[in-house]
Amino acid sequence: MKDCEALIIGGSAGSLDVLLKVLPGLSPALSFPIIIVVHRKHGADSLLPELLSGRTSLIVKEIDEKEPILAGTIYIAPSDYHTLIEKDKSFSLDYSEKINYSRPAIDATFQTAAEVYKTKLVCLLLSGSNSDGVNGLISVKAWGGITAIQDPATAQVSYMPQQAAIHAKIDYTLRIEDMTEFINLLS
Amino acid sequence: MSQELSVITDEQVEILLADLLEHYGYDFTGYSKASIKRRILRLYSLDKQVSFAEFRYTINNDTTYFKRFVEQITVNVTEMFRDPGFFKTLRDVVLPKLGTYPFIRIWLAGCSTGEEAYSISIILKELNLLHKSLIYATDLNPVVLEKAAQGMFAMSQMKQYSENYILSGGAKDFSSYYTANYSLAKFSDDLKSRLIFSTHNLVSDHSFNEFQLILCRNVLIYFDRDLQHKVLNLFDESLEGLGYLALGSKETLDFSPLSKNYKRVPAEKIWRKVS
Repeated sequence: MKDCEALIIGGSAGSLDVLLKVLPGLSPALSFPIIIVVHRKHGADSLLPELLSGRTSLIVKEIDEKEPILAGTIYIAPSDYHTLIEKDKSFSLDYSEKINYSRPAIDATFQTAAEVYKTKLVCLLLSGSNSDGVNGLISVKAWGGITAIQDPATAQVSYMPQQAAIHAKIDYTLRIEDMTEFINLLS
Repeated sequence: MSQELSVITDEQVEILLADLLEHYGYDFTGYSKASIKRRILRLYSLDKQVSFAEFRYTINNDTTYFKRFVEQITVNVTEMFRDPGFFKTLRDVVLPKLGTYPFIRIWLAGCSTGEEAYSISIILKELNLLHKSLIYATDLNPVVLEKAAQGMFAMSQMKQYSENYILSGGAKDFSSYYTANYSLAKFSDDLKSRLIFSTHNLVSDHSFNEFQLILCRNVLIYFDRDLQHKVLNLFDESLEGLGYLALGSKETLDFSPLSKNYKRVPAEKIWRKVS
């Protein structure tokens, strides 16, 4: 697990609380980037990076198109665009159809990252009320990456991690209080 | 999309793009790869293609399918008054300034199915500027332009569009602009009277006029940096002094050498050419 090159966290309803609990304990010297893709209402744009940056000493920023992906930075997917990972490890944004009624779609980021980072990718799917992210986790597994979900029993809305547990092969099922340590150990 | 491992490799994507350039003169080689690959994979599974070889053969030899291919790999998602704050700034700041000119020429590049063109037309009409304006709405894809020229959009979208319209500063009854025709809303012909729909390929075609306002929103995100610079230069050549350039909410002029000649309109992705 020490050779993690990127961690992507996907979530929907009930995932913000988890992030607020997990971020404060993160090591300030993470050797990989964290990319956060959460469903939220269009227009609430600048609020999330601001909210999360108050909880960590790591750099938190909203993704700009074509931006290179750097270690030690927490990137937030902008609302109303899909975030895709390019082969040269940069972001591109995409305003195509919603997937699973969602834009950003967690699947789009997981799937494009799976092909780029292969065995060096870790994807974590949190609380949520639809099945976005499940196909993404299946792809991550197919390309040799590591899959993790929030323990559905600890999720405000258990449907999303539960669907992942049914349809994808999950390597780690994590309680909220164990997530910080899990992430720090990837470094 | 449910494919686990991609059924089309990066190399095969390159082959398809080279084919399109060679056979049809469409150059997608400067497009961002992740996005175009997703579009190609989506079409491949949507049309239940069985092998890459057959898929490639059909694109190269069946012009009807080639049209479908171009239509499907380019993104045509759009809406009326998308990002209402942007349209409010057009209404309150940009268009009143241009309203002092005897004639207003606007280029809407990458207009897709026309939702933005009709939105601008509505604002111009409400500002009493439509009669002295011309909006050139262009796209590389003739199929979406045909749809744009009809001015008919899904009735199911009207609630959302009406909300956007009001948030953008519109004060009229939005439904006064269209007539309901079963599941379609047909926008009135006077909104269309100053719209010219035409094909234009930002990658390969040249400037065709001088404009006071150019809008190109959510097109540059699909281009790599080199192509972005090229297209921004094309816009610069096509824009009169003191004219405005409007980009999508995540796009910027900041990384272009041109940016020193432009001044940003506060809070929106709109730049004014100052030298």
